[in-house]
Amino acid sequence: MDSTLHAGLTDGAVGPDLEKAPTGIPGLDQITGGGLPKGRVTLVAGSAGAGKTLLGLNFLVAGAREYGEPGVLMTFEESAAKVALNVRSLGFDLDQLQRDGLLAVLAFRVDTSEIVTAGDFDFEPLFAILDDAIRRLGAKRVVLDTIEVLFGAFGDDTIVRAELSRLVRWLEDRGVTVILTGERGDGSLTRHGIEEYVTDCVIELDHRVSAEICTRRLRVVKYRGSAHGTNEYPFLISARGFTVLPITSVALDYAASEERVSTGIARLDHMLGGGMFRGSTLMVSGTAGTGKTSLGASVAHSACARGERALMVLLEESPDQVLRNMRSLGIDLRPWVDAGLLRIWAARPSAFGLETHLAVLAGLIEDEKPSVAVLDGITSLSNGILTTELASSVARQIDLLKSRGITSVITALGPGDDVSAISVSAMVDTWLQLRNIEANGERNRLLFVLKSRGTAHSNQVREFVITDHGVELVDVYIGAAGVLAGSARVTQLAAERDEDLRISDDLAGRRRELNRSVIEREAHLVALQDQLDAERTEMQRIDLRAGHQVADTRADRSEMAARRWADDAKNNGEPQ
Amino acid sequence: MTEPHPASDGTDADTGEQWDLVVYVTNASPKGQRAIENLKRACEEHLPGRYKIEIVDVLQNPRRAAADNILAAPTVVRRFPSPIRKLVGDLSDSDRLLLGLELRPSGS
Repeated sequence: MDSTLHAGLTDGAVGPDLEKAPTGIPGLDQITGGGLPKGRVTLVAGSAGAGKTLLGLNFLVAGAREYGEPGVLMTFEESAAKVALNVRSLGFDLDQLQRDGLLAVLAFRVDTSEIVTAGDFDFEPLFAILDDAIRRLGAKRVVLDTIEVLFGAFGDDTIVRAELSRLVRWLEDRGVTVILTGERGDGSLTRHGIEEYVTDCVIELDHRVSAEICTRRLRVVKYRGSAHGTNEYPFLISARGFTVLPITSVALDYAASEERVSTGIARLDHMLGGGMFRGSTLMVSGTAGTGKTSLGASVAHSACARGERALMVLLEESPDQVLRNMRSLGIDLRPWVDAGLLRIWAARPSAFGLETHLAVLAGLIEDEKPSVAVLDGITSLSNGILTTELASSVARQIDLLKSRGITSVITALGPGDDVSAISVSAMVDTWLQLRNIEANGERNRLLFVLKSRGTAHSNQVREFVITDHGVELVDVYIGAAGVLAGSARVTQLAAERDEDLRISDDLAGRRRELNRSVIEREAHLVALQDQLDAERTEMQRIDLRAGHQVADTRADRSEMAARRWADDAKNNGEPQ
Repeated sequence: MTEPHPASDGTDADTGEQWDLVVYVTNASPKGQRAIENLKRACEEHLPGRYKIEIVDVLQNPRRAAADNILAAPTVVRRFPSPIRKLVGDLSDSDRLLLGLELRPSGS
């Protein structure tokens, strides 16, 4: 439905000649493509207390202050003093605007019991009074709140009906942009069907209470000649007046930054490939006590240290509590708060509805203009459960943050693998999961990077260690025994060191042994060599001696032959 | 445009005090003229000499109309005697005229 809205606003259905009068109400101008039809009449219908008057006043004040269009408020329900008083808390100084000639408040009391009708009449005085005020101010905007009270007060509704119809045409002829408010009737938009005269633009306000949470919604029922968002949009009445919150991702056109922003945890930055992308959203999910807040605080701390403005929205703890707890972890946020760089805002989410929370967030962003925002404990918005409704609200919060280019961290309670978490996770760029593992009588925290868009991120699990000097990531031991963390990791590492030591001791012994053996054998070798040499020498001597003996024998023999006169040379030297 | 009338016998509205009436009309409108005529006739009949009628033209004096909380015309306001009464219309319905201004004598 988001895309249809977006398409609807851009497909050229908006007539180029249709001028609009901006209401100055954030969101409403967006869904109407610029405001109310200029010079025409718009009906704002809704039940009592739905915010009709305030919408009208916002329109007048914005016109007077921002668009150079003075306005006239004609109210039939409250006194002028009461109107001014009611909106002073919203920052609207009606008295000042009246003194400046930018606003006229005309209050009428229509007391049915006081009026008796006797014969034909018209509303000429009303026309004359309006005409006088419009001329006097050069007014371009008029709000009639709530004109329907004229019905019933004058007995003859036929005349009232005809006169109101004439009034609408008269106002249109004057070229002023008008808001008529009307009370919702049974089965009809307004009790007396005044929508019949208003053909250009009809806006319906709704005010529902479900699950003890009050939700205000706005719908553009019709807008002649202009495309408009047809959904019901939540809106809020806050200290800033009227705010309408367009549904998520009206346009997926956030600028994607290449810049990396540190999380304040060096090893986490490394795991994410250098930090978070500026303007991206990081979700940390995990069960209670896994250190989600610490991680968020670390990101805010790091932002402030860079001189950037940060916003922390706490839904589970008070600011003081978080300041104290984080200081004990070496994350001292106080100086940043004092320096005005960090704004910490805490609220019990049950105090108001999801829509209100969203609008409050919008207001905080407007005020603080942070570059980094931490939303701590979004699951508290719906009693700790990530419901589909919450997922939709969170999606809108993420949308809001992204549209402002704010780097954000959202922490959510829960194991983080249920359907709602996954539906939210589609909106976030980086999803970290903190998990407690319980072993050997202790709990240790493990950090997983479940996803990180546009980043070659680590697939490894790290131990998340909260120290008195901040948050650190430590390699976990991964071995045959599985993943070990905490003291098990320490024990394992110690055991490994011992083993190493033992092995090196063994080797040294073995070497010494071998060395000894080598020396022994070398000595042995020398001895053997000596023996060998001796034996060789002996052998040579033997050979030498043997040669002499033969010669001697031969000499003996020739001597004997000489003696026998033997001269056979052939047998010379050969024994017979 | 006040038209005081001398006090006279005090037939129907018996207090003898002078009534203070204002008629808001749009100048020259037939409805307004009819209302003034009808009002005067009723006053002459029921309050001879004991009434004054102020006529305010709202086109000439819209701020007076705004201050006096007048949206419809013609409107007759009975400022005195109290309580304040408002009568809207051309007063062609004489029963409602007498009823609205409480001019009808009791029992008639």
